[in-house]
Amino acid sequence: MPGIIDIKNLYVSYAPGTPIQRHALRGISMAVEKGEYRAIIGPQGSGKSTLLQVMAGLIEAEGRVSVCGKDLRHKKNRDGLWRQVGIIFQYPERQLFEDTVFNDIAYGPRNMGLSEDEVRRRVKAALEAVNLDEEVYCLSPFKLSGGQKRRAAIAGILAMEPEVLLLDEPTAGLDPRGKRQLMDLFSNLCRKKQVTLVLVTHDMEEVAHRADTVTVLYRGRIAMGGTPKEIFARCKELESIGLFVPFAAQLATSLQAKGLPVRNMTTLPEAEQEVARLLKGRA
Amino acid sequence: MSLFSNITLGQYYPGASLLHRMDPRAKILALPLVMIMVLLADGTAGFIMSGIPVLLALLLAGIPPGTYWRGLKPLWAILLIGLAIQSLTYPGEKLWQWGMLSVSREGFILGMKLSYRLSLLILSTMLLTMTTTPMNLTAALEKLLQPLKKFGVPAHELAMMMTIALRFVPTLLEEAEAVMKAQQARGGSVSTGNLNQRLRASVALLVPLLAGSIRRADELAMAMEARGYRGDTGRTRLKQFKYRPVDIIVLTVLIALTIVVAADRWA
Repeated sequence: MPGIIDIKNLYVSYAPGTPIQRHALRGISMAVEKGEYRAIIGPQGSGKSTLLQVMAGLIEAEGRVSVCGKDLRHKKNRDGLWRQVGIIFQYPERQLFEDTVFNDIAYGPRNMGLSEDEVRRRVKAALEAVNLDEEVYCLSPFKLSGGQKRRAAIAGILAMEPEVLLLDEPTAGLDPRGKRQLMDLFSNLCRKKQVTLVLVTHDMEEVAHRADTVTVLYRGRIAMGGTPKEIFARCKELESIGLFVPFAAQLATSLQAKGLPVRNMTTLPEAEQEVARLLKGRA
Repeated sequence: MSLFSNITLGQYYPGASLLHRMDPRAKILALPLVMIMVLLADGTAGFIMSGIPVLLALLLAGIPPGTYWRGLKPLWAILLIGLAIQSLTYPGEKLWQWGMLSVSREGFILGMKLSYRLSLLILSTMLLTMTTTPMNLTAALEKLLQPLKKFGVPAHELAMMMTIALRFVPTLLEEAEAVMKAQQARGGSVSTGNLNQRLRASVALLVPLLAGSIRRADELAMAMEARGYRGDTGRTRLKQFKYRPVDIIVLTVLIALTIVVAADRWA
């Protein structure tokens, strides 16, 4: 069964035909199911962001890419994809431009040609979802604090109610609480509203605790794929390409190295259970 | 791939050719000489004499001809319009007539001369920036302007301004592309829709770009101050420029050629 995102043999190169040409992606094939929470991890320059932009129809690529049943080889399909696929870039607050927060969030929905009532409903819903108070609706987005700006920018994408949401390190530079709130919000969209999520991140704890499946990119190729548990069990391999594993997985590896009988684990609750079991066995 | 990757006009092209290795000061001095020569040249002999150094330089730079071609492409319209205006308006022997419009022989020749000169000017300027890194270019300019400091010319400040401006061109293009993509993902594409939609989309591009530039300028000023930037007082350079024989030869030949071309014109 083809997924909502279906990629076969994808190649992307920058500056083709010049001495500075380089391949960003070489031979990627992957599929994401509807309602899935997919994490993409990899060291810097491994092509994660490029892959995300291909999925959003923002980059022309070689190979077969279909998203939401649309063949992205056709420019027309790429140009119309924004109605179904939302993408939140790194530092999305840099895209704010309107005179008020309300208008900025309404920019996408208005471009979709929705009625003004529907636009208002969606903007309010999005602002509530990201926890912005009603007082800021009429402020200039440039007057907000850093965290508020980020949330306003994210609301601008959520208000379009995308089927697929692509996230490129959406919480970089936020404080832990803001980070958790936003990640909870995205998880809820995925679990309750069946929004398909693709998250590019460096935060392995988030991957371990939230994602259904993980794709590991390395130098433009897929190095590994599977559930977080399967991936993080391969601690050595991940470290050899410059990635760290979450705390619980490190703990499991080092306990196993000491000859203690613990299972592979990736999340903190799992680690807690295992350690408790181990201690009980001793007592 | 990206919207801006096809801007070749004058972008540095890495290489190790004779032109790349010349002293940037010599290259900067050579440019006005070539320009004077090209502008003074009149008649077949003059055109050949002024064309040869540019042609030689183009061949010696080790840059594929296609790159020059792409660089000239945006200027085709200007060259053609120039040619058309000259041919159509200059009085003289009629070569071709269509209703009110007539092309004169003299006008056509004048137009061709104009296009030839313009192409040479553009190509030689392109060569300078394509074979010299922006860093070397501004450092050399500062060095050349040094003697004028006595007369109150802020050589260092001018060079620093140029360095910063050049340094931020790619950053700005990158940022423009990022913002463009972000807005495109919200349905604000600058390349589709009617005029009104495109205008609105360009506001959505320009406002964040401007805000970003101001933010960056602020950060840069702060970072420079934090590192004790005080203008050029007491500054030394890692890279010292040195004229080599080839630089002297090139400049001498160019000066000689310019004199010959000037003599040819007024003789």
